[in-house]
Amino acid sequence: MNSLLTLLIAMSLTFLSGFRGWYRANSESNLRSRPIYHGLNHGLWVALPMLAVSCLWLVSDSLIIKPSVLSVLTQNSTQLLVDADFRYLEITQAAQGLISASSEAALDEDTKRAVAHYLLTRQNTDNGILLLIIASGLLGFRSVVRRFKSSTPAREQVERIVKILLAASSGVAVLTTAGIVLALIFETLRFFQQVPFTEFLFGTHWSPQMAIRADQVGSSGAFGALPLFAGTLMIALIAMMVAVPVGLYSAIYLAEYAQPKVRTYAKPALEILAGIPTVVYGFFAALTVAPLIVDICRAMGMSASSESALAAGLVMGVMIIPFVSSLSEDVISAVPQSLRDGSLAMGATKAETIRKVVLPSALPGIVSALLLAFSRAIGETMIVVMAAGLAANMTANPLESVTTITAQIVTTLVGDQSFDSPKTLSAFALGLTLFFFTLMLNIIALRVVRKYREQYA
Amino acid sequence: MHNLDSTIQQKRDRRRMFADLRFRAYGIFGLLIAGSALLFLLVNIFSTGYDAFRQTVITMEFNIDADVLDVSAMPSTEELQEANTLKVAKNSFYALFPEVKKRKNKRSLYKLISLGAELDLRDHIRLQPESIGSTVTLTVPMSSDVDQYFKAGLNGEEIKSRLNEKQKAWLQTLVDNGQVTTRFNTDFFTHADSRYPELAGIGGAMVGTMYTLLICLLIAFPLGVAAAIYLEEFSRDTFLTRIIEANINNLAAVPSVIFGLLGLAVILNVFGLPRSTPLAGGIVLALMTLPTIIIACRSAIKTVPPSIREAGMAMGASPIQVIFHHVMPAAMSGTLTGTIIGLAQALGETAPLLMIGMVAFIANVPSMPNDPATALPVQIYLWAESAERGFVEKTAAAIMVIIVFLIAMNLLAVILRNRTRISNK
Repeated sequence: MNSLLTLLIAMSLTFLSGFRGWYRANSESNLRSRPIYHGLNHGLWVALPMLAVSCLWLVSDSLIIKPSVLSVLTQNSTQLLVDADFRYLEITQAAQGLISASSEAALDEDTKRAVAHYLLTRQNTDNGILLLIIASGLLGFRSVVRRFKSSTPAREQVERIVKILLAASSGVAVLTTAGIVLALIFETLRFFQQVPFTEFLFGTHWSPQMAIRADQVGSSGAFGALPLFAGTLMIALIAMMVAVPVGLYSAIYLAEYAQPKVRTYAKPALEILAGIPTVVYGFFAALTVAPLIVDICRAMGMSASSESALAAGLVMGVMIIPFVSSLSEDVISAVPQSLRDGSLAMGATKAETIRKVVLPSALPGIVSALLLAFSRAIGETMIVVMAAGLAANMTANPLESVTTITAQIVTTLVGDQSFDSPKTLSAFALGLTLFFFTLMLNIIALRVVRKYREQYA
Repeated sequence: MHNLDSTIQQKRDRRRMFADLRFRAYGIFGLLIAGSALLFLLVNIFSTGYDAFRQTVITMEFNIDADVLDVSAMPSTEELQEANTLKVAKNSFYALFPEVKKRKNKRSLYKLISLGAELDLRDHIRLQPESIGSTVTLTVPMSSDVDQYFKAGLNGEEIKSRLNEKQKAWLQTLVDNGQVTTRFNTDFFTHADSRYPELAGIGGAMVGTMYTLLICLLIAFPLGVAAAIYLEEFSRDTFLTRIIEANINNLAAVPSVIFGLLGLAVILNVFGLPRSTPLAGGIVLALMTLPTIIIACRSAIKTVPPSIREAGMAMGASPIQVIFHHVMPAAMSGTLTGTIIGLAQALGETAPLLMIGMVAFIANVPSMPNDPATALPVQIYLWAESAERGFVEKTAAAIMVIIVFLIAMNLLAVILRNRTRISNK
């Protein structure tokens, strides 16, 4: 409500200022810029300071409120609970009414006081920031009004500001990447302070224990991520075994054999597969495919787990078919017609032409399509969360339950967790690994594509 | 010489011809596999889910007795809050089976009726307090077990019904009386999540998704368009620009779960935005959608013919004026197409929302973007993980709803794209 009020005040101040600039310019003669630009200039000079100040609100939580709330807690209780971050999370959640009534009743006096203090500080800070925002807007207004002359080059000024804003917007993507990398590296370093690097990479036992409080006994689990890597690889490979033949042959058929009419309908139909939300595939894998596999295996005298790698892999394969087929079709179509004509003129059949001439020259593009599909398979989350299970088995049997990097990231972070526990931090280490691998695959794939493009340029 | 070889030649030609046909057949086979997988998936989900749009209800008389309700003749609102509607509902239902006397039997008898019966009755009394003391006929939902059993055609074999033989007999009596019917399940669209499958709906999740997408659009669209304009029109080919471009391409391929980590570590823990809210979810999804919008908008700007720019410049317009008055209007439908496709992706995104806590069980419809909420795909995940069998058809039905939304969005994108093609000609 407070944020909505702030937004409303900021917008009306901006509008009023803009209107005033426009109105005043209208009453002048010999204007250098049209009145609308004076209006825009007035508006921007009020809106931008307010926008800059409102960024304070983003850092206010960690800079002002958190230290203040933690200082309210008595020495006794902060000593008892090693983890201040966890304590703070508990307090904020209680304040926002996100915890159940039973656990709310169980809060001790100290926490209750902290919650009250949190709410008070939050409100005071919010009000303070609101005042600051209004003040900065008024200051901006004063300065732009003072500088107003009929000869003010308002259009040039507005355009300069707009250009800066455009450039800043393109920086957001960089900031996002920087945020991802920094957050992952920072938390991963904290993880490796508690768990040795070699154990994480080469350990074969993964069981992050449910340690809610840092002072609980047995809070440190085992963090050998090798079973996760193996599981991820196995599911991705099963998916590729489905997607590569189906996708590639579909692409060849669509690019080389199909009538234009068939192509116009079949291509979007294939792309529907990529548009279906992954949670739908997860539901399908868990509800239909996995029981089907269990039944078939029982009929053949084998035993399959109800959450098997095979089920997740098969369904994931269906999902990534369009990633393979769509890109492959593009590169196959891009092969120059003269190569085909030459081969056909030598008496080769169409299949021979495709196999011996078209595919080899499209190979780099196809390889990069496969790499992109593979990176998609590694990063896919919901299917494995719902269908592949959570048991970190180190196995080569696709009928058993395995777990993956993404599934572990999600399951360790869903639910309330102490932000300092190795279990939570392990998710960031896994995330960094995943980010690194997918980034590598994408960079290689893009390289290959670029090189290929140059070849026929 | 030629004649001697011709049989071998013919054989080889035939073999080559068959190889050609075979190759072609593989292609058709591949397409068929992909198509049938899609069909199997859709048919499977639609056949599971369509039943959830019907709700089994019972039409019965409620004897609203002020004594049983434990309220005065003209009760105040607070009094009605405390009113014992459960007892009224129970007594009225027991009245249909006067022969059932034992407490244990009564308890299992009342299990036929949903908790929703009492809630509906409470709503009725609140809206019409004058009906206290009279007998009203209401149509109220039955329990999830009855719902499944009735919709399966009173055939417990198929669905392994959890109803016992006595309950089945009672239900049969009610069905024979013509009291049990099905109606269109409006509750499914208006209710929020519930522990009881027959009361759970996607209303809360749809509102949550709407807020999330709205915030995503408000952030990602202006930023994406601005970034695309800068990169396409103003940036020179410097080292920095190339980094930004490479960055955007890589960001488009980062797994969504990584964005969840970003949201958790930065947006929740550093910026302190409220957990579980559409506000935080919308920001995370906006960062994910941004590359899609930038890439679409850039290619839309590229297709605007240079003659338009030159004509504008020749008339004395500044570069910014040319862009905002001439280039962007021409590139707008291409940009919007990309934006809609980006939003459609965001609509189905689950993993990042799970990680910023939008999985909390929330039993009321959110009213503001900074209220705790859940989103449609997350609701699907929550129901899919639920052990209660009544949720299976709900899950499939929610999937049907999300697929309908996706189809609508994609159709809109296709229409926009076709309109661009016509106007560019």
